[in-house]
Amino acid sequence: MLRFIIRRLLQLIPILLGLSVLLFAWLRALPGGPAQAALGERATAEDIARYNELFGLDQPLYVQYLRFLGRAVQLDFGTSNRTGRAVTTEFLERFPGTIELTLFAMVFAIGVGIPLGYLAARRYGGFLDSSSVIGSLLGVSIPVFFLAYLMRLVFAVELGWLPGSGRQEVRIDATRITNFYVLDGLMTREWDAAWSAFVHLILPGIALGTIPLAIIVRITRASVLDVVNEDYVRTANAKGLATATVRRRHIIRNALLPVSTTIGLQTGLLLSGAVLTETVFAFGGVGSALRDAITNRDFPVLQGFILMLAVVYVVVNLLVDISYGLLDPRVRVR
Amino acid sequence: MTSLGERKRDRIDMLAAQAGAVPTGEVGLSLTRSAFRRLRRDPVAIIGAVIVVVFLVVAAFAPLLAPKDPIAQYLLSEIRPGSIPGAREGFPLGVDNLGRDLLSRLIHGSRQSLLIGVVSTVLGVAAGMTLGILAGAFGGWVDTVVMRFVDILLSIPSLLMAITVSVLLGQNQWALMIAIAVTQVPIFARLLRGSMLAQRGSDYAVAARALGVRPARIVFGHVLPNSVSPVIVQATLSLATAIIEAAALSFLGLGDPDIARPEWGAMLASAQAYLSIRPWLAVWPAVCIIVVALGFTLLGERLREALDPKFRR
Repeated sequence: MLRFIIRRLLQLIPILLGLSVLLFAWLRALPGGPAQAALGERATAEDIARYNELFGLDQPLYVQYLRFLGRAVQLDFGTSNRTGRAVTTEFLERFPGTIELTLFAMVFAIGVGIPLGYLAARRYGGFLDSSSVIGSLLGVSIPVFFLAYLMRLVFAVELGWLPGSGRQEVRIDATRITNFYVLDGLMTREWDAAWSAFVHLILPGIALGTIPLAIIVRITRASVLDVVNEDYVRTANAKGLATATVRRRHIIRNALLPVSTTIGLQTGLLLSGAVLTETVFAFGGVGSALRDAITNRDFPVLQGFILMLAVVYVVVNLLVDISYGLLDPRVRVR
Repeated sequence: MTSLGERKRDRIDMLAAQAGAVPTGEVGLSLTRSAFRRLRRDPVAIIGAVIVVVFLVVAAFAPLLAPKDPIAQYLLSEIRPGSIPGAREGFPLGVDNLGRDLLSRLIHGSRQSLLIGVVSTVLGVAAGMTLGILAGAFGGWVDTVVMRFVDILLSIPSLLMAITVSVLLGQNQWALMIAIAVTQVPIFARLLRGSMLAQRGSDYAVAARALGVRPARIVFGHVLPNSVSPVIVQATLSLATAIIEAAALSFLGLGDPDIARPEWGAMLASAQAYLSIRPWLAVWPAVCIIVVALGFTLLGERLREALDPKFRR
């Protein structure tokens, strides 16, 4: 098992290096290059020359890349053009919000999706089955941001049941420790702050969780249907095991293996979707910051955020792979 | 979702096959033809195909079908902050915030949306297949290099990848298509490589090699044609994703800024600002996107089942 983990960790290195080359080249390939990107479109030629000298952009490319890599390893991606603050500081301030949101979305998708997919498979061809199949098809066809706007309009604006923007009531003066607002509230025992932060997660979380939900329902249903026809299930039934035991130990356990890989793959989808949902709900996470960076052409922020999000994505997938190895001993061998 | 009668018939066919008898009508059919035959009998696949064909026809004949000019402005005197005229004589779906006929814009928009979907998928398939063929045909170090590159592309979440490409190329419809295509390249490359590697070890490939058939001929004449069916399925599904992703990019301000070409994603994105005044401005383009995406998805899913020998009876 340890060898498996080490091998997977080593495979990470070329990917991360390639990623850094790609995003380094990206900033260089932009019209006007990094100097123009940092100084804006009205920069004069002299400004650009001074900037290039100052930041070593007149050096050969490989020197520049090695410097970039050296700084990137120390999580230094320069400063935002708009706010002048360090990109990493901004990322770390906002990322907890996105983690809270994606976790909520994932818990929602898994918590609803697996039981729903399982029940749909048990009642194969029935009403629940067909409606969950149709629902999951609709779920993957709907543009996330439209769904988010619709939910916000109905539940926040018209009905006023849930808050429709921000991460917390503005009037609550909460203490910040980790920037995970819910956690902070719990840690400082400011219950109202924690509750407010949690309530603010519901609408964007559900909107964000819809696509993973649709996919999880579909995969769970398909894999349960696959497993019930396996020989070992027939054997278990023939041995006279209680139906509940067969379901729990033989069907669900085996059916969840493909589901767990899908859950890992959903992280990318969630990070993509977060950019859209956070924008709709003015949720102060990395997603809405990315959207602002696009509108303002804030290239250092774009570069740093995308690189850091990609690293997060790769690491999460690594963790999923490892947990998959724990769940299914057959994976380790390969 | 098969009807009872059909399920019974399939069951009979299966029993007949087990008894050693060949069911009539399936004698010596190639996989493709029998797949097509099954698709024709499948109501869900037909619904998907009908949706797709209807929208293709609308897109093809958009100028003839649209009652009005999609960029001409009407009823401007009635548009005020907080009020946009709704449906009325001559404007079945009303006008948008700039007084342009919504129905005509939807009809013309089908052209641009489908074009973006098709072109970006074709680009993605072409690039992905090239990489996949390289990796799958040569194996060895070529395979390693190509697949590492593909892994790097896969390590950026798709929308972020599209944003990166789109920012680099600037705002025009080609940038949009290429940005979406790039996110699909790694998927097709992996898919084709996997399926070619599986075919490479098969008996007919080994036999061809033993007979001294040239490697290029084995790859293009034998292995490739037997490996493309998952690519076809994925391409159908990708058409849906591409159209949805185009909408997302438009929403982020990375769409095609040319107002002469209405597009559903851009319409949906700009309608968000008027959602509380006239939600229909957003609902109609959204419905178009959902229905087309659904059509491609239904068709793709059923195609997958029809081409999968596991479901072949």
